[in-house]
Amino acid sequence: MPKWFTPAAILCGLMFAVSPLLIANAPYESTMGLVQKIFYFHLPSAMTFLISGVICGIASLRFLFGGDPRHDRTAWAAAELTVLFGLLTLITGPLWARKAWGVWWQWDVRLTSSLMGWMVSVAYLLVRKYGGPGSDKLAAGLALFGMANVPFVYISVNYWRTIHPATSVVPTLPASMGLPLWWCLAAFLLFFTLMLRLRARLEEQRARLDDLYLSLDE
Amino acid sequence: MFFRTVWLVLRKDLTVEVRSREIAYTTLFFAVSCVLVFAFALVKEGRPIEDGAAGILWIAIAFAGTLALGRTFERERQAETLRALLLAPADRPAIYVGKLLGIVGLLLAAALGLVPLVALLFQAPLLDHPFWLASIVTTGTLGFSAVGTLFAAMLVRARTRDVLLPVLLYPITVPVIIAGVRATAALLEPELDLAIVRFWCALLICFDVVFVTLALWTFEPLMTD
Repeated sequence: MPKWFTPAAILCGLMFAVSPLLIANAPYESTMGLVQKIFYFHLPSAMTFLISGVICGIASLRFLFGGDPRHDRTAWAAAELTVLFGLLTLITGPLWARKAWGVWWQWDVRLTSSLMGWMVSVAYLLVRKYGGPGSDKLAAGLALFGMANVPFVYISVNYWRTIHPATSVVPTLPASMGLPLWWCLAAFLLFFTLMLRLRARLEEQRARLDDLYLSLDE
Repeated sequence: MFFRTVWLVLRKDLTVEVRSREIAYTTLFFAVSCVLVFAFALVKEGRPIEDGAAGILWIAIAFAGTLALGRTFERERQAETLRALLLAPADRPAIYVGKLLGIVGLLLAAALGLVPLVALLFQAPLLDHPFWLASIVTTGTLGFSAVGTLFAAMLVRARTRDVLLPVLLYPITVPVIIAGVRATAALLEPELDLAIVRFWCALLICFDVVFVTLALWTFEPLMTD
């Protein structure tokens, strides 16, 4: 493991431990009240979900055109994390929507495209698991299409009249709401980086073990 | 040279198809059965549900497309001709474009049969605006087939290709299907709002551009062993 891993993991744990205090101290939003506080976990998980999708796409691209299996392992790890953070987004979103909009789900562009992006990452994992030989390239091709969806998810709220708030809301937040938000986002991103490194390393060790078995057979 | 290769691949596929008519017949038959199932389910007391026709037309095209894609490449696999095609000293993207045009042609032919059937069974005025309907169906089919051709070609070597093709294809092509359904539904409104139709058509063209570009770009590395 790299030297930075343990201190970073401790820092990440501390950040998550402090985050409830910051969220509890943030002021209530005037119309939604308490339920709006789910925002401090919803937006960071959504951002991490999108960033993870992009990282998966870029790593797949480098694997496709360069052929280095290291990038393939990163892409795989990123795809699993895309599924995880996508799931968090898709759980926290409807919980909030139930109270704020009165419905669990709305077929607007932001929600539909997010769900679609999440399904692409699930399909990625299905291909990796059941695709058999050659599935690494197949999955890499899929990841590229998944990455193409990410900017669409991001800008969708600004181009369509949707029920979901636009991206311009975030910079206008008062500092009392901004601080817990950026704190949580940093914690999520740090957690994502740690998990990505850990998961890619696991695959790396597996590959090395396979090589050792093969060399023993010879 | 590029267009010559495209033409040769396309002509080969069409010749095989014209001689056997296998994919055309099976695809059309399957699509018609789909539409019939929906007609039984969604037409109550002679009145179809609102906007049903648009959705069903696109579901039928998507299902038929999956069938046609799987079969086209299965044929290449059985005779090991895909390997020969890839070994030929020709541009890979040209091979892709040739295959893509063949599939788009097949699906458009199936749509020619489907549109009147859906219009009839769901009492939908689908044929009132033939130009717009043709543009929507063509751009939608192109977007769907662009992704489909790439993945079906890649899946030729996979063991579980029959299961994986829909698993890969549908999440990615959902936007195309949505745009196609919305555009067709807008055509069916009693008072046609061309701005809405134009908007969804423009979106379909955007998807086509993105999907075809990505597919052309990745076809070569993806098809290399």
